[in-house]
Amino acid sequence: MDLILALDQVRPEDIAGVGGKCLALARMLQNGFQVPETLCVSTKAYEAYVERNGLKERILLELHRKDFEDMRWEEIWDASLRIRNMFLTSPMPARLAQELGETIRSRFGTRPVVVRSSAPAEDSSRASFAGLHESFVNVQGVDSILDHVRKVWASLWSDAALLYRQELGLEVETSTMAVAIQEIVVGSCSGVAFGVNPNDPSQAVIESVYGLNQGLVDGAVEPDRWILDREKVEIVEHRAAARESRMAPCQEGVTKEPLPPELSQEAPLDSEQVFTLFRLTQDLEQLFGSPQDVEWTFREGRVFVLQSRPVTAGPGTQKGDQRSWYLSLRKSYENLKAMRAEIEQRLIPEMIEEAAILGKQDLASLADTELAGEIRRRTRIVEKWKDTYWTEFIPFAHGARLFGQIYNDNVRPSDPYQFVDLLSDSGMVSVERNRMLEALADRVRESPDLARRLRAGEELTDTGFADLLDRFIERFGALTTAPSSREKAGGSVVRLALEMASVPRSGEKTTAKHREGLEADFLAKFEGERRQEALELLDLARASYRLRDDDNIYLGRIEAQLETAAQLGKDRLETRGIGDREALPVEEIIASLMDPAHVPCPRAASAETEDTEDGGFFLRARQLIGQPAGPGISKGPARVILEPSDLLEFKSGEILVCDAVDPNMTFVIPLAGGVVERRGGMLIHGAIIAREYGLPCVTGVPEATRRIQSGDALTVDGYLGIVILGEDAEN
Amino acid sequence: MESDHRRRERLKALLESQRLAVLATHREGQPYGSLVSFVATEDMKQVLFATTRSTRKYENLTADARVALLIDNRSNQDSDIHEATAVTATGRAEEIEGSDKKRFLRLYLERHPYLRDFVNSPTCALLRVRVETYYLVNRFQEVTELHAEKWT
Repeated sequence: MDLILALDQVRPEDIAGVGGKCLALARMLQNGFQVPETLCVSTKAYEAYVERNGLKERILLELHRKDFEDMRWEEIWDASLRIRNMFLTSPMPARLAQELGETIRSRFGTRPVVVRSSAPAEDSSRASFAGLHESFVNVQGVDSILDHVRKVWASLWSDAALLYRQELGLEVETSTMAVAIQEIVVGSCSGVAFGVNPNDPSQAVIESVYGLNQGLVDGAVEPDRWILDREKVEIVEHRAAARESRMAPCQEGVTKEPLPPELSQEAPLDSEQVFTLFRLTQDLEQLFGSPQDVEWTFREGRVFVLQSRPVTAGPGTQKGDQRSWYLSLRKSYENLKAMRAEIEQRLIPEMIEEAAILGKQDLASLADTELAGEIRRRTRIVEKWKDTYWTEFIPFAHGARLFGQIYNDNVRPSDPYQFVDLLSDSGMVSVERNRMLEALADRVRESPDLARRLRAGEELTDTGFADLLDRFIERFGALTTAPSSREKAGGSVVRLALEMASVPRSGEKTTAKHREGLEADFLAKFEGERRQEALELLDLARASYRLRDDDNIYLGRIEAQLETAAQLGKDRLETRGIGDREALPVEEIIASLMDPAHVPCPRAASAETEDTEDGGFFLRARQLIGQPAGPGISKGPARVILEPSDLLEFKSGEILVCDAVDPNMTFVIPLAGGVVERRGGMLIHGAIIAREYGLPCVTGVPEATRRIQSGDALTVDGYLGIVILGEDAEN
Repeated sequence: MESDHRRRERLKALLESQRLAVLATHREGQPYGSLVSFVATEDMKQVLFATTRSTRKYENLTADARVALLIDNRSNQDSDIHEATAVTATGRAEEIEGSDKKRFLRLYLERHPYLRDFVNSPTCALLRVRVETYYLVNRFQEVTELHAEKWT
């Protein structure tokens, strides 16, 4: 097999070398269908590139850090991003580039092309759905084309492909990728045609938009839709779209532009063209032996087939399969902009107001049964906002990811998460809170007398400190949701300020200068209109990143109001002599308040088993693997957080070990030497805040809180994503 | 009888055929074995491997640089007893720093390109064992020593 072939050289037995898309194009060309001029970069080129750069074993190492079953979606995205960066930073070997480049140059010169994936596994009818791999429209010149070929190769390992790895039979050892390089056919209108409606086998479906097909495929432009009866060859229904915009090639890539008004009055296809397309699907069905899903475009009255593959049902149709939901999180820039407005202008103000109204309520004057009703009402309010969190806030977090991909494509940093430094310090509430804490600690540092009085619990002469403390509690409430009164809350803040004052001020590490440098380097990659787009995307990504942290703080305030009411309920039960109140679930508090005769049953003890003893050997973790989420190395004793109250024990220099860093916990970060978290991901709160403070951070460590105990000597290697237990040579 | 030249060639072929070695270190007399990805220099006088500085092996060889490496081509079959070749290399380990590092790093990554992220981590050390003696064992019990000073 050659490294690169023209379509007329492709034979049916080449499927494994050119992939389904290229083979289908070749068969169509050889049978007289009009297809775009195409070159196939065979799987041999992928294999030569991967071999030369030692990528196979690097991908295997990345994917074997932990079992797929233990990986969260965010971790799969992270792994995919790191693999993608391996491709972006591994050069094309000179001989390979030369050989491919010569053929591409002689065929296309400087004409713009489309670079598409053609994976041997992709278009088999078993796993055929769009969006697994990448395609790039309007790429020009040999260097840029070869660069995009690498991106298409990398998309063999996209997060979507990794999620559907079983259906695809994705294996590092055997999976490979061919690429189609096609002339770009800029037609007057384009679309897709399904020879069979996936939802009704008696029908066919044709969808069409003005301009390029790209808008339809990624959902940015709504299509006109025709439904046909296959048997009678009649149009059963035509649903017109709003027809506001179309996709057109721009300097590089494509852009959405408004549709000229005269076109928006008219459907992109007349009925004759609809029938032409229907007949096309029938002819292709005959050629390939099964109903086809066809992408096409009309140019100067002639229909071009861009690709054809078997019709299949979409992904994730099985019950309980949430993968398609996860993939739907990959929002477009337009979607994200709309979500941002909704969140910033409506949802966040509503959350703040909700917490404020709840806070003003006079709970003490309520009778027991009224208090029970109020606790129940607050439980529902919390549930409502938790739902909003899943449906609105988490999807918006994708903005930071979208930015990360674009940043890496253009800047090619060796650290695939460098972009996070550019997003940080976007005014996160938790950082603001920590700055106020530092201000309190500063006062303690400056005044030994204040420190002594605070330790002894004496009255304060320093009104500045007291005012600051009041302001802090006013703004942020208690540090944890546990303390019920303002007095107790003040106590925990004071204790923390004293602890912080015992060491020199550390502060955030991501300096403004560093950030400005990154920003300038990033923007320098764009020219003209593109620079404005890059700036807007950066702004959106910062909002997304900031919100990832802030939403939890606001949610935490509402949860604290539920906790306050529940605590009052518990206090009242105490006067009735009900023991072990701490372990009472909310439902039991409500029931006991409603009915004085109710005997509450405490929360069942956790069923976690200790299995460290086995056949005479006891097990101890020495080195645990997670994901590198914040570069750096640090050593210190572990502080394992199992309950919110454990945070109040936090000592300077300890390593924070927890199941999941909740932004409501991040006030101990200025004290911490490093962060270890069970939950995985690079854009989770723990990683974000650790990076903000320049702390080594490892996330995605299975059983972190079980394998590590408070006081264990830990080394956090945030470069490699490992945690070492026990003393080492340098101690 | 095999010529000396032939034996040196065979040693070289063995070193080039294998990717992993067993590294032996000790701590206060307690031996400790580790598998490491290695590469030998062209003249076979140095064997390179990498480890993070938080490992037991690094701790051990920092305390005492004397180490042994076992490299062999066994295949976990009965026939290994007569067919397999094994070599034990003894010498002193040291971390490679300064101007040499780039050159050795290139050599190491040519052999193990997938370890690029690992060896480039600031927490990872690239080490060399300056080999004093190779003990080449084949045909079950035939043992030949190759002493560094006699090679040149």
